[in-house]
Amino acid sequence: MNILSLWALPSIIIIILTFGLVKKVPLYEAFTEGAKDGFKTAVNIIPYLVAIIVGISMFRASGAIELIGQVLAPVLNKLHVPAEVLPMMIVRPLSGSAALGVFSDIAHTSGADSYAAKLAAVMAGSSETTFYVLAVYFGAVGISKLRWALAVGLLADCIGFLAAILVCSWMFT
Amino acid sequence: MNYIFYFLIVISIIAGAANGKLSGVVNSILTGAELSVKVAFSLIGIMAFWLGIMKIAEKSGLAALIARAIKPVTKWLFNEIPADSPAVGDIAMSFSANALGLTNAATPIGIKAMEELQKENTDKTSASNAMCTFLAINTAGFQLIPATVIAVLIGAGASNPADIIAPTLIVTTIAFASAIAMAKLFQRFWRPQPVSPLPVREREEFVSEQSELTNPGEGSNGGTQ
Repeated sequence: MNILSLWALPSIIIIILTFGLVKKVPLYEAFTEGAKDGFKTAVNIIPYLVAIIVGISMFRASGAIELIGQVLAPVLNKLHVPAEVLPMMIVRPLSGSAALGVFSDIAHTSGADSYAAKLAAVMAGSSETTFYVLAVYFGAVGISKLRWALAVGLLADCIGFLAAILVCSWMFT
Repeated sequence: MNYIFYFLIVISIIAGAANGKLSGVVNSILTGAELSVKVAFSLIGIMAFWLGIMKIAEKSGLAALIARAIKPVTKWLFNEIPADSPAVGDIAMSFSANALGLTNAATPIGIKAMEELQKENTDKTSASNAMCTFLAINTAGFQLIPATVIAVLIGAGASNPADIIAPTLIVTTIAFASAIAMAKLFQRFWRPQPVSPLPVREREEFVSEQSELTNPGEGSNGGTQ
């Protein structure tokens, strides 16, 4: 599997370039033409990123996450979810780097072989940073009315977390 | 997006004041703004590279070939876009890159897919069903090997870090399947985008005139989430 990950990108690049050469595409010109669009898009998403990332930074700094944690704690107790996994579930849709930070904190303080670390690992590995993805992707095309995209994204995260709790309690306890 | 933006900021300020962390909240405006520009700038190079590579794939006909190969699946998932749209190939490439954990390649290609989907969109300010479905697939975060997570576990001295692979695969599949199911369900019951009998080109002009006339925020199209 490591070999698959290592070779995935190089082989995609070789296939695309070789196919282009065989089909007599002017490789260099086509590449630079596409690359120009990449530059434009990356700059275009800045206002959208500022809006969402500043909002999320403020939210994290405000201590609101701890408040939500206190409200949810009794529910999770019933499901035998270790208390230290809770911040993981709240932070995961908001920020990828923060979620990774929470996870490595759990792995180091509770022990890498602990149930909490395994549950947090499965949660981190099976979900996405929903808010960030929506901000970047919709920002790139200038869409501000998300319709049902956010609802489905967050519901899928919740279902994923529930599934993680069930699967882990079945496999690791 | 209006409500998300409003509540994120207002709740943060109120909660920050209640917790005595107001100065931290104010400082986070600066760090957040800096971070967003850093993120965008770190994307520039890799975006340019992958969109360059994808341009070659598009011109050589390889993208169309991939799109044709997965047509049965995309036709069912994205029933509102033409099967030969360049978006289909981009969606497939972006999904595969995500599944393999190649975020650096997945994001630029995914954004390109969104740009192609926007061309088919009838209302340029609101998300089409195809876009929502694509992002539902994306935010479900389907991944074959959680490489980063395993790396952290190894770093923390796990005795058998690979034992999380199987449960992660089960969970990610459940989340992914339910995201698709919900996408199909929401697509049916959510208030639809305005449908116009005009052909796409004329419809675009019609919509842009309309949005200039009506008060922004009071559009008759889909709800603001």
